[in-house]
Amino acid sequence: MTITDFLFFAFAGVTVAAALGVVASRNPVHSALFLVLTFFSCSAIWLMLEAEFLAITLVLVYVGAVMVLFLFVVMMLDINVAKMREGFVSYLPVGILFALLMLGLMVYVVGPVGPDVMGTAALDNAVKHAADYSNTEALGEILYTDYVLAFEIAAIILLVAIIAAISLTLRRRPATKYQTPGKQIKVKRDDRLKIIESDAEVLK
Amino acid sequence: MIESIADFFAPAIALWLEVWAWFPADMQTLLLILGKIVLILAPLMICVAYITYAERKIIGYMQIRIGPNRVGFRGWLQPIADAMKLMFKEVIIPTKSDKYLFLIAPVLSIMPALAAWAVIPFDRGMALTDVNAGLLYVLALTSIGVYGVIIAGWASNSKYAILSSLRVGAQIVAYEIAMGFALVGVLMASGSLNMSDIVEGQSGGFWSWYIWPLLPMFFVYFISGVAETNRAPFDVAEGESEIVAGFHVEYSGMAFAVFFLAEYANIILISALTAMLFLGGWLSPFEGVLDADHWLAATSFFWFFGKACIFAFCFLWFRATFPRYRYDQIMRLGWKVFIPVTIVWLFVEAVMVVAEVGPWAV
Repeated sequence: MTITDFLFFAFAGVTVAAALGVVASRNPVHSALFLVLTFFSCSAIWLMLEAEFLAITLVLVYVGAVMVLFLFVVMMLDINVAKMREGFVSYLPVGILFALLMLGLMVYVVGPVGPDVMGTAALDNAVKHAADYSNTEALGEILYTDYVLAFEIAAIILLVAIIAAISLTLRRRPATKYQTPGKQIKVKRDDRLKIIESDAEVLK
Repeated sequence: MIESIADFFAPAIALWLEVWAWFPADMQTLLLILGKIVLILAPLMICVAYITYAERKIIGYMQIRIGPNRVGFRGWLQPIADAMKLMFKEVIIPTKSDKYLFLIAPVLSIMPALAAWAVIPFDRGMALTDVNAGLLYVLALTSIGVYGVIIAGWASNSKYAILSSLRVGAQIVAYEIAMGFALVGVLMASGSLNMSDIVEGQSGGFWSWYIWPLLPMFFVYFISGVAETNRAPFDVAEGESEIVAGFHVEYSGMAFAVFFLAEYANIILISALTAMLFLGGWLSPFEGVLDADHWLAATSFFWFFGKACIFAFCFLWFRATFPRYRYDQIMRLGWKVFIPVTIVWLFVEAVMVVAEVGPWAV
């Protein structure tokens, strides 16, 4: 076993174990953290597939941003662990059924049997790229030439989603008090302070 | 004399080479890499120890005090004494805390702060690995540093700690976007994600550094860096006057020390990155002014170190100078000021590319 094989099996083992942890752990916060570990070891496997741009982007986007917000929400929940465990056994057969279905589909699509839609047979004799191969450059060249239309459409859909999300959460609440920094900065002494003349009084 | 010393050590060296040849090739590579990691991390840890000393001294002088001066000559051994004290203190684990996460959190916080140094070139060709996607790697690793803080806050099962971790989470996600956009600016200027290429792209003297065409990006990047490391004036995460010490309020002894190490390692990292991305890293400012073979015009690790020191000093200077930001103002600055500024400057850069000015001149 070469060191590459060893690394692959180590990361693959961690991925599977962590994915099991996501569904099996009692605490949602632990589940979310197991999901982070799954992403991380997946990205290590991608790195070994010479897809360094995708691997690092997976960490940057999913681990660094999406899962932080996930964790954020889960952390603030008042979790009743006992209640969450109810129904675990009764849902289990359905879960296993779907897991097997997914497995069958994956084997059919990318595995050794089936129509080979992904062209995995050609990968059997794939050669390693040279050390100066840049995955980022290769991706960029394809994205901005062959698939530029699909890429731009995806960008526009994302933009629409952002605007929709903002407009859904944006509501005027006249009752809330808030400060306008522009107004705070503009304040001069004369707006707040009035110096008045008064005669000296003698207190008795 | 020298010959006799060489004769004295010759058998030992020969023996060592023989032992070294015994190892399989993979093992040799692994040991070499481990050796390099130690060579990077050991000086880094010393820097971390002495930046805490520098902080206390500099802030002391700024406030017309003397600062630590009891342990060792002029207090030089103060960081060592502090480290010893923290090492021998008990690590108290709160009863109702999540024990595993409570202990993992400091590790998660220091791991990215150290791992990011793998791609930093200290001088021409002097880096642990000079990967193609170096800049992305650094960005990804600095973005996962937030987990340590969030998990620490949650696992402590304390009100102050969780308040702090919520603040940090929102703050870091906000400033990360501005930081990422500022790095896109650097990327556009250099046309590469490789750290060495980015530094080499700035060669040609003081006025070719990226700080000049990317001045707004530089300010956004450095200020976001201060916010990312939770340093004053953005240190609401550990605002002493509001939430005691924030996320590490329940930590003691070595577990607390690891958080402390991570914070200062991050400060040094941000300073080094700013020096590298905007001030030309190891390049000399006198390049092109003095003769090419003058010793001041040569590229050197010391230029890089000096530039990084300037920014590290700024971190301490800010802490002594500015009052803490109000939380809503921090959020406003991140989302409503920095992100628009970076996006506008990306457009300006695009115009500069078309007009072929600055680093894009042909």
